Amino acid sequence: MTLVYPVSSLSAHSPRLSPAYKSTVKRSPTRPLIPMRHTLSELTGPVYGHETVRENDHDLTLQGKGEPLGERIIVHGHVLDEDGRGVANTLVELWQANACGRYVHVVDQHPAPLDPNFTGAGRAQTDAEGYYRFVTIKPGAYPWGNHHNAWRPAHIHFSVFGHSFVSRLVTQMYFPGDPLFPFDPIFNSVTDEKARDRMISSFDLENTKPDWALCYRFDIVLRGRNATPMETK
Amino acid sequence: MPSTKPEGVTPSQTVGPYFAYGLTSNGKYDWNDAFSNNLVTADTSGERIRVEGKVFDGDGVPMPDCMLEIWQADAQGRFSDPQDQRALPNSSFKGFGRIGTDANGGYAFDTIKPGQVADPDGKMQAPHLVLAVFARGMLLHLYTRIYFDGEASNAADPVLALVPADRRTTLIATRQPGSGNAVYRLDIHMQGDNETVFFDV
Repeated sequence: MTLVYPVSSLSAHSPRLSPAYKSTVKRSPTRPLIPMRHTLSELTGPVYGHETVRENDHDLTLQGKGEPLGERIIVHGHVLDEDGRGVANTLVELWQANACGRYVHVVDQHPAPLDPNFTGAGRAQTDAEGYYRFVTIKPGAYPWGNHHNAWRPAHIHFSVFGHSFVSRLVTQMYFPGDPLFPFDPIFNSVTDEKARDRMISSFDLENTKPDWALCYRFDIVLRGRNATPMETK
Repeated sequence: MPSTKPEGVTPSQTVGPYFAYGLTSNGKYDWNDAFSNNLVTADTSGERIRVEGKVFDGDGVPMPDCMLEIWQADAQGRFSDPQDQRALPNSSFKGFGRIGTDANGGYAFDTIKPGQVADPDGKMQAPHLVLAVFARGMLLHLYTRIYFDGEASNAADPVLALVPADRRTTLIATRQPGSGNAVYRLDIHMQGDNETVFFDV
């Protein structure tokens, strides 16, 4: 069965059941997924563009009455597919903790301060070549209940649509050199080191803005279409 | 800086427990929702329906921190995507919906019953929604489909035919009694005797 978007691309992802991340144990299917051919239902996807993105949605430092506390950073990159083609005009959504490692979410009870000037949500559209850019605050690490003394490495959540409903991707961007990497079961659920490294942004001196903000680059690679002609029978 | 050809996709990571304020704020946070669980727009033709249910984990406990997304054709079986060249360029029906489950694991979408869409052989599929399930504890989202009971075309649907007969009911929403717009119900079970069929797409 030759698929338009080969499922072999999915081997970069974590096994769904990754017991070191405890919540996967009761939230991953126990029966094999059923293979099927992609139909138009899978090969099309929602198209959302500039009408969804307001003027300051990409700049999380301008959404409050004043500037949020913390280290201002630029996060930018290229949304592309496995064939290296940029994904133009696609919606990129972002959410994150504040500089203290605290989320606005009501369930987050980490005893670190909220920042009245920081919600931590953003939205951008890629340009005609597939590039996006956010301005935000570097998020802090925070503890969680998975195991004794568990801490998440600082990360920014990304949600991307891409060309079809099966190219949908939700991931997390990490920062280079984080000492928490070896201890984080979510980061390490991706077993292939090269694949894991694709979740780590790189420090970008060239695009760092002098006297203003450090820059990190995070490219996001979505599934590519099969290079061979699509099987129709 | 141009990108070189990548070695593979960016791995998926869980949405975690805190996505709501960014993705499904629903008026509870200082952020606007780009998406809604109500897909019906003024110029949408077709039968208005509600699709609702709950999401359960392997212990049968409702999952209150789940995000569901649906993608569907319009009543004529066309997708609001230029890749579907039969799409109506001026229709405001997008065919995409998103919701975060409530404290009881519940979800609901207000939409229209989709029309039939052909498979790659040109064979008609029964009306269906494509459903993507995201949650804390899920490192990669899952895909399934929601079909509608009482549809004669279910019997000949090429995707349902791939599913063992005793598991097909996990994909078919049941019509609820009552007047007014039709309400269909389908619960999602991550595990257990009624484990939902998920597709490897």
